Amino acid sequence: MAWFVFISLAVLTIGGALGVVVTRNVVHAALALLVSLIAVAGVYLVLFAEFLALVQVLIYGGAIIIVLLFAIMLTRGSDYPRITDNKQWPLAALAALAFLGVLAPSFIINSVEGTQAQNASFTGIGESLFTTWAVPFEIASLVLLVALIGAIIIARSDDEEEEG
Amino acid sequence: MIDLVWFQLLSAVLFVIGLYGVMARRSAVLIVMSIELMLNAVNINLIAAASHMEGTGRFSNFDGQLIAIFIITVAAAEVGLALAIILRIFRNRSTINVDEINLMKW
Repeated sequence: MAWFVFISLAVLTIGGALGVVVTRNVVHAALALLVSLIAVAGVYLVLFAEFLALVQVLIYGGAIIIVLLFAIMLTRGSDYPRITDNKQWPLAALAALAFLGVLAPSFIINSVEGTQAQNASFTGIGESLFTTWAVPFEIASLVLLVALIGAIIIARSDDEEEEG
Repeated sequence: MIDLVWFQLLSAVLFVIGLYGVMARRSAVLIVMSIELMLNAVNINLIAAASHMEGTGRFSNFDGQLIAIFIITVAAAEVGLALAIILRIFRNRSTINVDEINLMKW
């Protein structure tokens, strides 16, 4: 049963990812990315990481896809129906496959003896986040603040800049 | 049950697809999407290791899951900034094809 769920989720993840890099339509690419990200949330559930699955659906499925769709909508130029691949795509495919050829055998050769997948309790994660990882947590909030202020300043229109 | 290595292989394949997307795509929005795929591959790897290694004494308290939370945070910030930069470039140059944006190319 676990294998069946894992294989269907893996097929959905990889199929969605291939859709992102292959399709000619940018909106279809965003929707394929959504399929892939939700399937990744399912993979987290197979790994008993319920909190991460929840965060994945909320942040990726909710926020990031919407932001990407906004980016597509606001930059809809005349160039979208055109071919969206570089001329060097065969070289890119070759390099990517070569990288997979290094990565996959190294995972198989160096396979570590692990236990069965185990459940992480919500309270354990919260406790760890606010004790061991308290400083990175605060820095992460600062990073978000700085990034969003920077995004607003970069995306401001020229008229507003003259007034300010 | 499913071994750790299968999750690692899934993450490797996902990472490589994202890598191909970054190298082959022309539209900046599609490159950002491919970067998201790569970040997700890393997250799968971290969380799989966290769940399978708990109790072996090498890691504690599901550290991998917490690192994955920080990666998701940084990914959210990155997408926001990328959208701002893409909008700015589109307004100035009316294109988001990365091979036409060669202002800083030597």
